[in-house]
Amino acid sequence: MTGTAGVVQTSGNGEQAAASVWDIEAIGVWKTFGSTEALRGVNLQVSPGERLAIIGPNGSGKSTLLKVLATLLRPSAGTARLAGLDVQSQAFEVRRLVGVVCHQSFLYSDLTTLENLEFYGRMYRMPDPSDRARQQLRLVGLEAHADVLGRDLSRGMQQRLALARALIQEPPVLLLDEPDTGLDQRWAAFLVDLLAEAAGQGRTVLVITHNLERSLDLADRVAVLNNGKITFTAKRDELDVASLKEAYLHHTGAVG
Amino acid sequence: MWQALRKPTFIIPALSAESGIAAFLTQALAIAAKDVRSEIRSREAVSGSLVFALLVMIIFNFAFDLEGEMAEVAGPGVLWVAIALAGMMGLGHVFAKEREQGGLQGLLLTPVDRGAIFLGKMTGALLLTLALEAFLLPLFALFSNVSILSPGLMVVVLMGTLGFVTVGTLFSAMAVTSRSRELMLPLLLLPVATPVLLAAVEGTRFALQGEPWSELVPPLTMLAAFDVVFLGLCPFLFEYVMEEMGA
Amino acid sequence: MIAFELPAVTPARAKTGLAILALTLLLAALVAAFVIAPTEREMGDVQRIFYFHVASAWTAFLAFFVVFLASIAYLRTKTPRWDIVAASAAEIGIVFTTLTLISGSVWARSAWGTWWTWEPRLTTTLMLWLIYVSYLILREMVEEPDRRAAFAAVFGIIGFVDVPIVFMSIRWWRTLHPQVVGSEGFNMEGAMLPALFLSVIAFTVVFLHILILRAGLERSQHEMMELRRRARWIQEGGG
Repeated sequence: MTGTAGVVQTSGNGEQAAASVWDIEAIGVWKTFGSTEALRGVNLQVSPGERLAIIGPNGSGKSTLLKVLATLLRPSAGTARLAGLDVQSQAFEVRRLVGVVCHQSFLYSDLTTLENLEFYGRMYRMPDPSDRARQQLRLVGLEAHADVLGRDLSRGMQQRLALARALIQEPPVLLLDEPDTGLDQRWAAFLVDLLAEAAGQGRTVLVITHNLERSLDLADRVAVLNNGKITFTAKRDELDVASLKEAYLHHTGAVG
Repeated sequence: MWQALRKPTFIIPALSAESGIAAFLTQALAIAAKDVRSEIRSREAVSGSLVFALLVMIIFNFAFDLEGEMAEVAGPGVLWVAIALAGMMGLGHVFAKEREQGGLQGLLLTPVDRGAIFLGKMTGALLLTLALEAFLLPLFALFSNVSILSPGLMVVVLMGTLGFVTVGTLFSAMAVTSRSRELMLPLLLLPVATPVLLAAVEGTRFALQGEPWSELVPPLTMLAAFDVVFLGLCPFLFEYVMEEMGA
Repeated sequence: MIAFELPAVTPARAKTGLAILALTLLLAALVAAFVIAPTEREMGDVQRIFYFHVASAWTAFLAFFVVFLASIAYLRTKTPRWDIVAASAAEIGIVFTTLTLISGSVWARSAWGTWWTWEPRLTTTLMLWLIYVSYLILREMVEEPDRRAAFAAVFGIIGFVDVPIVFMSIRWWRTLHPQVVGSEGFNMEGAMLPALFLSVIAFTVVFLHILILRAGLERSQHEMMELRRRARWIQEGGG
């Protein structure tokens, strides 16, 4: 119905896609909900193989930005592109390329972990959804819990399952909204390694986090989003925790 | 440490080799199957609406004394009122569950055609409503002492339910975003579904009276017209509704 | 800065011109209906309500057609102007539908001795009224503007497509349950046509006039909101 039959073809598109550049681009992105302005002209660029962490106070628009990039919301003004594809006019193709973790788990509480992943595998048109599902369960250490219902999972397990879901179609672009929530030390460390390896393979990562210290572990570059705009950005090499804290307070302290 | 990701010069994995239409249908089927499985495990929608339908029929019996002649006159109407009210309870669930854990957003993130989501949801709702009717019809036969073993009746019920559920699924998606979800769905659905209810009631009456197929043609034509028009229109409009569900 | 597309401002002179035209036509229609048109043989002067009943009905359906077109336009372009037009047309349409129902009821009382009859046209008008009301309640219950506009547009389209089906189904239903009171039941003379014609045109022009006024009002409200937003933006040192 959306007339994008080209995407559902197989290897032809795959090889073509390999030649693309998996970057994230936001140019003057605005998003308003009625009279509330969540995003006010966000300009952003993440290069392939780069990990960008976005930090900011509550209500600054971080989740909204992520949702716009993930094609869940349309920008009120401005352009957003993933791998050169416009999120509005080429949303279908963009969805094939992104793996998303949000505050909501996107999991069905009446299905088992395996069934959940199989379902998403089917939605992403993986050739072997069951195999893929098991593979992903192994990845996040949940294969022993394959038959546990979604509603019976602990918070940490839900988060791991959400990660497994996000990666099921091996997306070149990752958009993660506080992916470390609910993870214990071991799995938080796993997450850091995961993202490092992903970036090493040329994937592009955008991570939202509350935790300033962790942002330096998770990313190559950090940006501060305040009041719907990016007000500060610096490379990880230029910062340490103290200077980052200072910059953060400075750019989010006084609001007009 | 982590072997699952492929090595550099990474290529998007090839999709399953189904054609566009086959993929569309497979996905719709997967969505319907998920809904049905979910419902079987939680048993929220069907059991609640079944009891509700039963109560409606019983109350109508007290209101109209549905025996003998009255059964013929008022029976079909009572049946379809029960189906409509209970059906709307079930329809309310179609998207309510998705809303819980953000399942709908999860689905919207995938490259699934929105029409496939509609088809899947509608099919799931249809199956569950038909299950409800499978319990309700025998009870109706019991209460009003009529025989329901009529193929004409089955066709009327099927086509009527199809029309009701088609528009109902679309409106359910819209209703689920509002706080007064239970109010909004009937408000939207009942005026629009009037032709379905009307034709279904008359068709049921004819079928129960043992009328020949030729008598059933007018109501069936009406139901067919409604079904065709809205099965064509709703999936298309559904996309616009889905666009607004991202938040 | 967000470019906010508003309906074009109708020049004041055109608005006044239209108002005068509407008033003139309405007066002419009144004269035609009460003075020029002949008195109906059987029903007497009460029959004259027919002119306004038909005109209201026509305008009510026209209004819904406008809602239909504006809804389609909104979904295709996503510009607020079409949503404003749709909402305004619906509001006005419901007024004309109510007039149709009331005049129809008076007609029924005088022609057939009953205040209401489940006659196909009247019943369909009642259903139309209900769909309009649901449309407006839907708008009331969805808070976020983009979502409200999209949902209303979807319902506006479905509602309009449904109306002919509703009419046909009720008409068929009536053949199964024939009622005691008859239909129409008066002799339409040639001399009545000008009055009918004038009434329909007059009501249509009145509808257009009020539509433009209403949409203009809505537009002003949007403009005010936008100005407030820009003021806040400047205040916060934006740009």
